[in-house]
Amino acid sequence: MPVEIDIAHVARLARIDLTPEEATTLRAQLGVILEHAARVREVATEDLPPTASPVPRVNVLREDEPEPSLPVEEALRNAPDREGDRFKVPRITETS
Amino acid sequence: MSELCDQDGATLSAKLTAGEVSAVEIVRSSLERIERVDPQLHAFLTPTPQLAIERAEELDVYRSSGAPLSPVAGIPTALKDVLATNGIRTTCGSKILEHYVPPYDGTAWTRLSGDGAVLVGKTNCDEFAMGSSNENSAYGPVHNPWDLSRVPGGSSGGSAAAVAAGAAVWALGTDTGGSVRQPASLCGVVGLKPTYGRISRYGLIAFASSLDTVGTFTRTVRDAATLLSVLGGNDPRDATSLEGDAEDYTQGLEDGVAGLRVGVVAEAFGEGVEPGVAGAVRAAVDRLEGLGASVGEAHLPHADYALSAYYLIAPSEASSNLARYDGVRYGFRAPGEHADSVAMMSATRGAGFGAEVKRRIMLGTYALSAGYYEAYYGQAQKVRTLIIRDYAAAFEGFDVLVSPTSPTTAFAIGAKADDPMAMYLNDIFTIPANLAGVPAISVPCGIDDAGLPIGLQLTAPVRDERTLLRAASAFEADLGLQFRPPLLAA
Repeated sequence: MPVEIDIAHVARLARIDLTPEEATTLRAQLGVILEHAARVREVATEDLPPTASPVPRVNVLREDEPEPSLPVEEALRNAPDREGDRFKVPRITETS
Repeated sequence: MSELCDQDGATLSAKLTAGEVSAVEIVRSSLERIERVDPQLHAFLTPTPQLAIERAEELDVYRSSGAPLSPVAGIPTALKDVLATNGIRTTCGSKILEHYVPPYDGTAWTRLSGDGAVLVGKTNCDEFAMGSSNENSAYGPVHNPWDLSRVPGGSSGGSAAAVAAGAAVWALGTDTGGSVRQPASLCGVVGLKPTYGRISRYGLIAFASSLDTVGTFTRTVRDAATLLSVLGGNDPRDATSLEGDAEDYTQGLEDGVAGLRVGVVAEAFGEGVEPGVAGAVRAAVDRLEGLGASVGEAHLPHADYALSAYYLIAPSEASSNLARYDGVRYGFRAPGEHADSVAMMSATRGAGFGAEVKRRIMLGTYALSAGYYEAYYGQAQKVRTLIIRDYAAAFEGFDVLVSPTSPTTAFAIGAKADDPMAMYLNDIFTIPANLAGVPAISVPCGIDDAGLPIGLQLTAPVRDERTLLRAASAFEADLGLQFRPPLLAA
């Protein structure tokens, strides 16, 4: 059975505006993909440890030495909008 | 007629060192080939001819001083457009990065470029490296040089097609679930995915960080070894980069396979494998046996679950990595007035991402969301442990494993475009190596009845690229395949 998902909720979490057509198609496609993916539960037993990295390296540290960083102009060069030396965005907080 | 750009890197490097040709001549040959074939292939998103000539001229001046040359110096090189290049547009095949110009070079390119390799262009790919056919590029598909109506494979399809057609002598790609090996197989070139962490990911625009691996497209196994020798070695800028300095992987390359234990992966010859593919791979195994290898049947009992685990792990990581495309610091921002920042971000991502990228971000967001994390992502990570154990057990009995790279040869453009599951099945034999981090290589092993190349996949234990390359080299030399795509016959 394809998995039923609340596509509008997931789209909100992912911050992606979907057209109604996209939402319909994705709902069906994700349902089928998840049905296949859920097969992992057939073999993933309780006592099995998870693996996050295939070739794990731990405590990778380096000397904490100051280095030149990206100049402000370089950092802002690809910005869609700016104000002075800052990235400019629409308002973030609710207006009171 | 064979031109300079049709020769392998080792041959060209020897001619350059001997003074028989100049770097400018080599690079011009490649640039002329791009002009001739790329209108049909669409392998390049951003060719860099002017820059290439300038670099070649500089190199010729340097060379005339008698200074020793690196084996990559003067060789026309293409880079998949997910690898950041300072001052050169890097799109990831996405509209959301259409005008993005990185302020830095990734480590892989820094190392090649520092040794004198010449960039001829950035290659087309599936959007954010998500795809197996190159049809997910926002800039249109790449065509396979063996048959223009067919896909080159993906996601590094542009790099594979460019090398197959002589537009570059070699190229870099990235392999998260098979994106170097599968297109190499479909385009008839050598595709190497080294051990996870062998080549720094710094400057590789992230898709799935625990799987992403920089890899190479070459015409010979020796060239793959040469590139890895320059690309390998720890990079402090990537915390997952393997410890240790770069090694010379060309040493011992021709020592042969006498006594090598070769395991044929039994699970890789089942349903869905084209008879021509299975036959060519079985013939390759016989050839290895003829060279003195001992051959037996190997098993990866959980391989059947690898695809399921991959389609939870990779999208989950992607949903996190691609959160950075929010229309704030770089890239596309949806035009118009937006009520607030969340509305702006949602509109930007809705308009900027293509269908496959949205599909995977949505899938990953769901698999990581409250209430589903343990049921999907957590279980997939456990399956990853099983895959790693499968390989560990198989490598107790064998030095290398053999399978087809892809169950089929190149398929028609459009054939699987509307069926994500059918498309995902292309990577069924390549995905397990990414989940386990083991190195693997695809080497051409024949041509099917339709005249399309077939790839043989060899896999070795973590960190053992040396054995992998030695086995691949012995097979390549014995087979002695000399083939060129029909596109170049005219």
